[in-house]
Amino acid sequence: MAGQSGTGTSATRRLGIVVILMLGVLALCGLWFSAEDVVQGSTVRIMYIHVPSIWTAYIAFAMTAVCSGVYLSAKNRSLAWDRVAGASGEIGVLFVAVSLVTGSMWGRLTWGTYWVWDARLTSTAFLFITYIGYLAVRQLGGTHRQRARRSSVLALLAILEIPLVHFSVSLWRSLHQEASVANPNAKVELDGLMLFSLFLGLIAFTLLFVWLLLHRQRAMMLEDAFSDRGLDVAITARRNEAGA
Amino acid sequence: MSSAASKRRVTIAVARKDLTIEWNSRILVNQVAPFAAIVMVLFAFALDNDGILQRVAPGLVWLATLFSMLVVIQRSFTVESADGALDALRVAGIDMGAIFAGKAIALMVQLFVLELLLVATAVVLYGVEMTLAGFCEAIVTLLVATVGLGSVGTLYGGLAAGARGRETLLPLLLLPVVAPVLIGATRATEAAFGSGGTTVSEGWPWIGLLLVFAVLFCAVGTVAFGPLVDE
Repeated sequence: MAGQSGTGTSATRRLGIVVILMLGVLALCGLWFSAEDVVQGSTVRIMYIHVPSIWTAYIAFAMTAVCSGVYLSAKNRSLAWDRVAGASGEIGVLFVAVSLVTGSMWGRLTWGTYWVWDARLTSTAFLFITYIGYLAVRQLGGTHRQRARRSSVLALLAILEIPLVHFSVSLWRSLHQEASVANPNAKVELDGLMLFSLFLGLIAFTLLFVWLLLHRQRAMMLEDAFSDRGLDVAITARRNEAGA
Repeated sequence: MSSAASKRRVTIAVARKDLTIEWNSRILVNQVAPFAAIVMVLFAFALDNDGILQRVAPGLVWLATLFSMLVVIQRSFTVESADGALDALRVAGIDMGAIFAGKAIALMVQLFVLELLLVATAVVLYGVEMTLAGFCEAIVTLLVATVGLGSVGTLYGGLAAGARGRETLLPLLLLPVVAPVLIGATRATEAAFGSGGTTVSEGWPWIGLLLVFAVLFCAVGTVAFGPLVDE
């Protein structure tokens, strides 16, 4: 860290440029070149953001879980794992929010309503709230080790909880009330450019995730170092006072 | 202090301590139960229609239970963190799993009493009628759901204990996790109450869901409680 003034390196800068270029191409393909959908018209373009966002969110939460598991099981308990887990959780929450917002915009246009109590939507909302809770726990204070241990256990609990919530919500929907909305996934056929845009979106968002993750975990490392140093400085100052 | 017998002793001692504190302070009877009752009355104000009330009574019973549970859990851990009692137990080298079990059992006992009161309130205020089979199913639902709620509540209560802003943190952490219990318990209680033309037999699969939840969080809680409240 010594001598490093920011969170970027030449590698992250190159990655950042690639991501910006890919997002630019995605915007052109998604908004301009790709055709309208036969049924959905222009609203289909929301898909190019919506699907990659939730995809990235899943990757991010999986990353959080894996890093938390590694933190707890590794012998040396390196805080780097905890920081990657936390950074990944933050980015995941961001992308779930994007996919919920874009999804409800699409729903308003296609279904005529912002929200339906569909199992997938409801579980996604729970996913969102659960990880907001995870981020809140990271802010609880205490030492870095306390934060790391608490939040790692919580991240693993979330992995346990999410399938259970999803299962019970699906059960609730299937037995309690028929889904009132036509299945949007029925027989979707994508032409070449649409498919290209979608995959481009997936790759671009995944790289964007990597880029954000690198920066964010470095920023966290600096924050941790800063608070450690603040403590050291305070202790030295008190010692000097006592000595004087 | 590692043998099974000593763990059992710790569990019983912690549970008895919590229940004794509760018995002496009467917080559950004097404050939480009236709170739950007023929530039930407010639901009736909000949904001013007898037909609707009868149909949604099971959901309201469980919502009132969840809200009251938050208060009971806060109380259960304020007792511990106020004097650093939990730290003292930890320093004494007492098994955290046993402390978890003890506190969870005490919480379950309190919740069960509360739920019985709430079901009784629903019967009186919302005009719910139950058959004998429905009554038995309701009792089983209460028992199984209480085990799940008690264990998961103790787990997350321990995490939020001793942290600043815990009053606001606990609901945020706990309510999403207990969603399966709310769904399962509400459907099972609907079947028991016969709300909306459901029959008693429709409730048992939901009790199965509650059972899975209870077993899972009892097991996980015993393991995860220590690391969560540690240091």
